[in-house]
Formats: sequence, C-alpha cells, structure tokens
Amino acid sequence: MTSDDVGDQDESRTQTREHEASQVATDGGTSATLPLETDAGARPRWQVDLGYIVLTTVAIYALITVLGLLTGLGVGGIFRQLQTVTFLAAAYALVVLALNLHWGYTGLFNIGVAGFMAVGAYGMAVLTAPPEGTTTPGLGLPLWIGIPFGVLLAGLVGLIVVLPALRIRADYFAIVTLAFAEVIRLTINSGALADFELLGRELGTGGGRGINFPLLESAIPRWVLYQGGDPAQGANVVGLQILTVTNQLGIERTVVESAVYTSILVVLVVIVFALLVRTANSPFGRLLKGIREDELATKSLGKNTDLVKIKVFVLGCAIMGLAGIFWQGRNGYVDPDAFLPIITFYIFIALIIGGSGSNTGSVVGALVFAGVLFEGPPYVQRIVTQQVDLPRPATVYDGVVALGAFDPLPLLGYFVGQLANVRFILFGVILILLMIYRPDGLLGHRSEPASPLHLSAEQSPADSRSAKRGGDDDGGDSSGGSDSDSDSDSDSAGVDTSTDNGDDDPLDSNPDDSTPDRGEPDE
Amino acid sequence: MGDTTEFTWEQWFGVLLLAGVGVLILDVLRRLVVGDLGVSTFSTFLWRGLVDGLIIGLAAVGLSMTYSILRFANFSHGDLVTTGAFTGWTAAWLIGGAGVTGLGSRLLLNADGSTSARELNLHVYAEPVAIVAGLVIAAAATVLVALAIDKLVYKRMRDAGGIPLLIASVGVALALRYVIVFFYGERTRGIVRSSPSIDHSLLFWTDSLVVHELVMVVSAVSLMLGLHGLLQYTKLGTAMRAMADNKDLALITGIPTERVILATWVIGAGLTGVAGYLIVLEQETLNFNTGWFLLLLIFAAVILGGIGSIYGAIAGGLIIGLADNMMLVWISGDLTRVAAFLLMILIFIFRPQGLFGGVETA
Repeated sequence: MTSDDVGDQDESRTQTREHEASQVATDGGTSATLPLETDAGARPRWQVDLGYIVLTTVAIYALITVLGLLTGLGVGGIFRQLQTVTFLAAAYALVVLALNLHWGYTGLFNIGVAGFMAVGAYGMAVLTAPPEGTTTPGLGLPLWIGIPFGVLLAGLVGLIVVLPALRIRADYFAIVTLAFAEVIRLTINSGALADFELLGRELGTGGGRGINFPLLESAIPRWVLYQGGDPAQGANVVGLQILTVTNQLGIERTVVESAVYTSILVVLVVIVFALLVRTANSPFGRLLKGIREDELATKSLGKNTDLVKIKVFVLGCAIMGLAGIFWQGRNGYVDPDAFLPIITFYIFIALIIGGSGSNTGSVVGALVFAGVLFEGPPYVQRIVTQQVDLPRPATVYDGVVALGAFDPLPLLGYFVGQLANVRFILFGVILILLMIYRPDGLLGHRSEPASPLHLSAEQSPADSRSAKRGGDDDGGDSSGGSDSDSDSDSDSAGVDTSTDNGDDDPLDSNPDDSTPDRGEPDE
Repeated sequence: MGDTTEFTWEQWFGVLLLAGVGVLILDVLRRLVVGDLGVSTFSTFLWRGLVDGLIIGLAAVGLSMTYSILRFANFSHGDLVTTGAFTGWTAAWLIGGAGVTGLGSRLLLNADGSTSARELNLHVYAEPVAIVAGLVIAAAATVLVALAIDKLVYKRMRDAGGIPLLIASVGVALALRYVIVFFYGERTRGIVRSSPSIDHSLLFWTDSLVVHELVMVVSAVSLMLGLHGLLQYTKLGTAMRAMADNKDLALITGIPTERVILATWVIGAGLTGVAGYLIVLEQETLNFNTGWFLLLLIFAAVILGGIGSIYGAIAGGLIIGLADNMMLVWISGDLTRVAAFLLMILIFIFRPQGLFGGVETA
C-alpha cells in the first residue's frame, strides 16, 4: 500500500497536487506554506495521460528487447515478439475501452464481451467468405461491406440483449450477459446454423468447423499500399513511400503488411480513445457517471437513464464487434472456440489492472496484460528452453520424487514447461489481490474533472484553497465518485466504501472531503 | 415493489410460460400416441433428465446458500465441483488401484498416461469401499478448499459489495482451475469403468437399470433429505434464514454470523464436492473444465428456484436437467443448452425472485 502511494506521487503531478490540497485542508491551514501549484503551471491532463501510456509502452518494449538481447534471441525474434505484443495490446485496448464505457463509466457489468466479439467477427466472416472453394461458403461480398455489417450486427445484438436487461440488478445483469454470450457461442457452434440457404445462396457459420474469410492482415494493408488493393498494379502514393524505405532496409513485404495492419489497429484505438475521452468529458459522460454512482438519483433529476444505458451499451457492443473483427482478421479464420467465456475475463483483468473508469487506465491495463502477463510467461519459457537444457518430467510427481533425491532440476523443468498454465494461476491471484487491496487498479482512482474548465484555474493562489475545496465537493461524481466506483455499482448489500479502499488513497485522510461524496445508496 | 404494471408483466409471463410448457407436454403426449416418439426413448430422456437434474440440484444448493448468505454470485463454484471430482477420485484410485499401477499414476489420476480405467477396473461392484471412501474424501477435501479460500479471500472482503466479490470469485475460479491443471494436466482421462446393470422388470422405462445411476440418485436424494432435516429442525437452519434475510439484524440478535458463514461453506461445499464426484461416476471421464462448463447450468437452477431457496435450487436443478434432456424431442443435442440458458435469461428478466416466488433459505 505504501509503495502504491509512493508510485502515485512519483508518477502524477496531478495526484500530488490533490494530495497537497487535501493535506492543507486536513491540517486546517497550518501547512499553508506548502507551494500550491496553480493549473497554469501544471501540464494538461492529456499530456499526463499520454505520458502514462508512452511510459508503459516503452517499459514493456524495453523489457522484451533486453530479455531477448540478453538471451541471444536475435533481432528477428525480438521484432516478431514486439509486433505480437503490439497487436495484442492494441486489440485488447480496443475491447477494454469498450468495456470501460460499459462498466467503468456506466456501471453496466457486462461479462458477455466474448459473445459480442463473436457476433462482429462472424457477421463479417459470413458476408465476406468466398462462395466457393471452402468448407463453409459465404456470400463473397467485399470487406468494406462486411466489416461495417459485423460492427452494426454486434451493436444490434447488444440492443437485443440490453433492452430486456435494463431493470435488473448488477450481478443479475452479469449472469444474463454471460448466458447470452454462451447462447451466441453455442448457437454458432451448433449444426442448426452451420449451413443454410438464403435466397438461393448457400451460407452458414460452419459450426465447429469454423469459417475462412479473406485474411484481413493482408487485405487491408494492401488497400493502403497498392493501387486498387492489388499488388500486381503497383504501389500507390502512400505505398511507394513505405515500400521504398522498407525495400532499402530489406524487410519482406508480408512483414510490412502485418506492420501496417497493426498500425491501422493502433490508429483505430487512438480514434476510439479520443471518442471515449470526449464522451466522458461531455455532459453525456457526466450522466453516465451519475448512473454508475446512483441511478435513482440521476433518474430523479429527470434524466432518461434507460435511453442513456441503451445508447452506451449498443455503442460499446459495436466497438467490441469491431475488435472481434480485427482480432480474428489476423488469422483469416474464426471458430467458436475463439470466443470462450475466458476471453471476457482476460478483458476484465486488463481493465481492473488499469483501473475501471479511466480510459488511460484501460489502455495501460491492456498493455500490461497483453505485454507482460499474457505474452510474458510463454516468452520466458521459450527463452529458457532455448538457453538451458532442463529435464522435462511428464508429471509433477516425477519432479517431486527427484526433489526427494535432492535434485530440484526436474521440478523446475516441469514448472517451466507448465508456465503457459501457471500464468492463469497468476491471473487469478492478481485479480484477487487487486480486489482486496486495490480495487481501483493503477489509475482508476483518479478524479476526473466534472467540468471541462478547472474551477480553480483562474483563482489567485491566496483563495484557490477554498475554491478548490468547493470545486472538489461540488463535482460529486469526480473525486469521491471514482474512488468507489467498483463497489458502488452494486446496489444490493450494504456498501461500506471506507473499509476496503479507505487506507490506500490519500484523499480519504480528509473526512470532510470524503463523507459528502460517499452517498451511501442503501441508507 | 408492488406496482401494478410489474405485477401484470410477471403474470403475463407466467401464463405464457405455463402455456408453453403445456403445449410441449401435449405435443409429447401426441407424439407418444402417434408413435413418433417411442416409449423407451421417452422414458430414457425422462430418467436421464432426473439423474442430471439431481446432480445439478445438489451442486446448486451450495451456490444458492452462498449467494443468499454471503450475497454474491460465486463464479468459483464450478471449480469447487471440479475440486470434488479430482480429490475424491484420487482417493478412490489410491485405494482401489493399489497394486494395479504405480503411486504416481494413481495420485495424479493417470496424468502420465501409463494406465487406463479398464486396467483399474473401478466400479461399484468391484471396489465398493474405494468408491464410498472417495465420496467422503470428495466432500471433506472440497470443504477444506472452500474454507481455505474463504479465509484467504472472501473473509477479507465481507463488507465489499456483490460485484467486487464476484470479480474476486472469478480470480479464485481461474487460480483454482489452473492449480488443478498444474498437478493433473490438461488431459481428459477415463476414471471409472462403465457401470454394471441390473436386469429387472419392475420399472416401466427400461428392462435394465444402470447401477452407477442408481447410486447417484440414492446418494443425492438421501443427502437432500438430510439437508432438509438439518435446516428445518436445528437452530442452524433458523440462523441461516435470519442471516439471509438481514445480516445486521441477525448480528445484533446475537447470531454468530461468522459461524453461520462457516456452516454455509461446510454444507454448501460438501454437497458440491459430492456432486462433482458423482458426475464422474455417471460420465466416466474427467477434465479440468468439467465443473466450469456446468457452472451456468447450476446458476440456471439456482435462478429458476429463486436465489436463497434450497428446495428451489433442487427443483430448479430437476427442471434444468429435465429440460436439457427432454428438449431432445424437438431440437438437436447441441441446442439443448441454448434452450436452458434462454429459459434462465427469461426467468431472470421477468421473475428474478424465481419460479416459486422468493422463498428464502429452507
């Protein structure tokens, strides 16, 4: 806990400033000599946020590169690993951002993420799969029809799911969405929709066989690089620039194409990120946070919360569909096993690590999850098996028997061989530890200004103290709000927010600051 | 709460649901009369639905109890089923397989692939002691695991809301499942020999009765009856009902809430472990995902019966088991789960208090 606090002060000047402000208030002005920064001197929030993301990216890249170099993996291997991690992180970031919109901002506890990704990917795949020559025929339509169709279909299915589920409790909502995701996956998997005829055209989901569709990883970059998307017609203006450089460097075309694909995904993440940040800071975003904190109160203020929840859910599902399309587009093949419920929980772990309720946290969480937790253990395993010749016993029993004879190597070898499974234990333990000690994740506890203008910005340092106090209290959904979002989502049991995260947030040391914001919903 | 529009919605839904069930029953009768559906097929579906339903019901009791007393949806419940299956059958293999195969192979349920269920020849007639011992160990080990998890995780967040606890339980589920994988491996293994059967002419459905299924039914029913007695005629049952109703009130009335929670875990996890053990007796194979894949069906049973109601959970389990098997009359086998889940979603939306109307624990 103390290390967390230290981390906060190191990383964020905003945080430090708030800390100081609350200290001043707590001490009743005795420490007023502390230099209170005004906002004019501070960096804008988006720069701080960008700093976090860049810092995480650089740290993960450096870690992978250093590990690779130390163990002589070679430039090619390191590059491949970096690209995989970048791609995965971007794909995760897209879904995590959508989930953050659902859960982090609006409090809609959606654990059917995998189902909506499946709808998007399958919607696209069924439309674009070639009509002949594969086991599962499709309609053979171009991608520019297929991709928007998949996205819209995911949004539409989201609408169908959310309409009946609007009134039910958060934990019920969770089970309903999970059940819907399983219904979607099992239906796709069943023989019923595997092949059917529609208007004389044969199409279907292919059931357990899956479905092949044009490889997005080469098709989309080719539009960017070549005239008419066809390599035979030569490069276009953009492609000429890129290909000349890469030709000089001697990089293969397929590598260039997948790099372009990853870049397009990153651009998509940036667009969605900007969209969501804008949404969160708009009056609409404040409405979302209001619903998260206390839906009844928001309703009482005359807001149509049902309509807002529908809009947000559909938008988030559409983004999830888009993410599903790009994720599977890398393989040019989908089958129902790609959308097991466990995928949803990966997304949740990423969001909780980053901190729900923070878009920056979502991206950081996706980077940490994909780069370190998910890809890390197999990477370490690959390096270790390349470098060290460990015995590989078939079972843990053999390892323990050898340990009994004072030979720890077989057990170690078994452990390394199991690293891909051990990481799931790690996921579970991290999730538990986060929920016990830091339910707000890395960045989730940060307050978001309720107003686009910082209320104390124009004040002189002398009276900024009182103004800041007022500003913090008025922005009910900002300071206290994001502190407690993870537990105040539930309207069920008595929620005592001060017991579980009261001790790790400096803001909580100030009773005046915390009590009015923490409206206990059950009182 | 009692506003009129909601009431009519629920009534409408109830009427629709009953009408739907009625139509389906009439259709089954019509098919039986016309001869589309053989009597033996029908009775097989019915019997299998009953067997599946009892097991789901047994596992659902534990989930329903923790849901109402600790107030969260425990997503690690499915993996407690798996824990019961692995620990119980490890014990059964240790006892029943002695002298047949090596200790390593028995301890890890054939993780190295050096033996087979055929070689071990484990079934009720051949190794009754091993199978009964396994049943007891399954219950005991699952209780210990559940209590350890409660002490390590849930106890630290007693006052957190339902959602943080739910998320923590997802973490518990992942950790528990892959600890099992770490030791036992990912392979699906055969555990039990196929069951002997008794030829008879007593019962109408078939002329042979599978003994393992009979063992399951007898164990499940007697455990349920025992539970009924325990909760109906002891103070513990009253205390549980009080706590499910209002934890704070129970506390100030002098009910030792932590001890009630302990009892909840002991009873719930014990029954869950037994359910996991018995599932393997029926399906003869075991995989680390066995319980996780059952979790949604168990949830469906709990929700159908009304969260917190133990009889509801048993009834819900039976309905889900029967629906899962009887649906085969109309739809193909890979869609029966879809039907069961859709039924659960409908119940959740229109009658969140369950089919039997919010009867609290016992």
